[in-house]
Amino acid sequence: MLEITNLHATVGGGDNPKPILKGLTLSVPPGEIHAIMGPNGAGKSTLSNVLGGKPGYDVTEGSVTFRGQDLLALEPHERAAAGLFLGFQYPVEIPGVSNVQFLREALNAQRKARGEEPLSGGEFLKLAKDKAALLKMDMEMLKRQVNVGFSGGEKKRAEMVQMGILDPAFAVLDETDSGLDIDALRIVGAGINSIMRAPDKAVLLITHYQRLLDVVKPDKVSILADGRIVETGGPELALRLEAEGYDAVMA
Amino acid sequence: MTTATLPTRRDEAWRYADMDGLARLGAGALDQWQAIDVPAGDSVTRCMVVGSDAPELHRFRVQLGEGARAAFFVTIAGGDYTRVEIEVRLARGAHFEFGGVTIGGGAATCEFVTQVTHAEPEATSNQTVRSVHWNTGTGNFLGEIKVARHAQKTDAAQDFKALLLEAGASANAVPQLEIFADDVKCAHGATVGELDEAARYYMMARGVDPATAQRLLVQAFIGDAFVGLEDEAERERLLDAALAALEGAKL
Repeated sequence: MLEITNLHATVGGGDNPKPILKGLTLSVPPGEIHAIMGPNGAGKSTLSNVLGGKPGYDVTEGSVTFRGQDLLALEPHERAAAGLFLGFQYPVEIPGVSNVQFLREALNAQRKARGEEPLSGGEFLKLAKDKAALLKMDMEMLKRQVNVGFSGGEKKRAEMVQMGILDPAFAVLDETDSGLDIDALRIVGAGINSIMRAPDKAVLLITHYQRLLDVVKPDKVSILADGRIVETGGPELALRLEAEGYDAVMA
Repeated sequence: MTTATLPTRRDEAWRYADMDGLARLGAGALDQWQAIDVPAGDSVTRCMVVGSDAPELHRFRVQLGEGARAAFFVTIAGGDYTRVEIEVRLARGAHFEFGGVTIGGGAATCEFVTQVTHAEPEATSNQTVRSVHWNTGTGNFLGEIKVARHAQKTDAAQDFKALLLEAGASANAVPQLEIFADDVKCAHGATVGELDEAARYYMMARGVDPATAQRLLVQAFIGDAFVGLEDEAERERLLDAALAALEGAKL
């Protein structure tokens, strides 16, 4: 589903771009939840930003194929319409725009790009209500401005409500567990399972901690260090990391 | 009435005006003041969409009796020079509410010039102007507040924000406060900025195309100016006129 081959990327253009990804290769087939773990500064967020097409990141070598398409040739909104969802580590506040308006515009823009009919206001609200309930989020919060005044945990939960509404084929979740208390972590983990656990879907789950992986049981775990995948294994690899630390496992 | 002579840029109130546009209007236009007298306790609301492909000048002189209220909500969306001037004199306990939007690219010069005189105690005024420009478009807000010596307990606020979508566009704010009373509140603020790139990327990552993302962000930005307008249909008319002008703006 997602094929990353020898990906090299730099951040901060201009005269002095900084290389972050240095030959990253990774394949995620449909039906797989693949966790990426790694020390700070390894390039985890850069990977997420490059996959999303965030301005300021330049791919200098390598390729990314998503469902048979050259992902890197697409604009960020085209990537979304192709079925890619990015869960942001730091969801952005958008004053003056309500969640409902934003997500309806987003969903209908995606549907339009795929040649589907837009959802009516009523249809959309029903969908939004279902997904908010799944993440135990009050529908009133969806009527508020996007992420404005939300706590860290509420922002992450709202990200998952967005994912539920947009129903992507592939999700890249960048430290979705950071800022969550134990109960919220369970709810968010269960939400990821419910929305994304399917034979035709896949997830790249970027995390620092085992605790989310206790709920969202990954099929594979890879270690990202210094811009490359240095080791890939099953769920036991994450447990070893938790017990022994990166230095010991990578030594 | 005597025919006025054309002012020059040396006149403070015409400092950022489009002198060529003014010359095309001719000195005769300067004589045309609309007088609005609001008797004690009465209330008047004016909603206007002005601006076209020819220069326009709209001048108002508003007299507010005791406890009277006047509200002006104006969208300037034209391709040429458009100037809206409002002079207001407030009696005791009167209120003046003003919400203005200027929007445009090309040769558009859009300006609001207000002179709000708190002539008696306990009057209040609130002015909010939002400007969105691109290309070589210009938005100006020249706002003068005068508080007479005995006009204690005056509460006057003025807020200007401009969003410039590209280099070459400009915005000018000239707040002028002339306060002779000592127990008053006068607040003013002015900022000029660019579109929030993080918000735009966040929206695109959800599938919103660049033009729609820009429209949503601009809508949220200019919405502040019409918060005080309770008539929903009128509010929508003023917003729609502004957003229609946005089409063709640089993304």
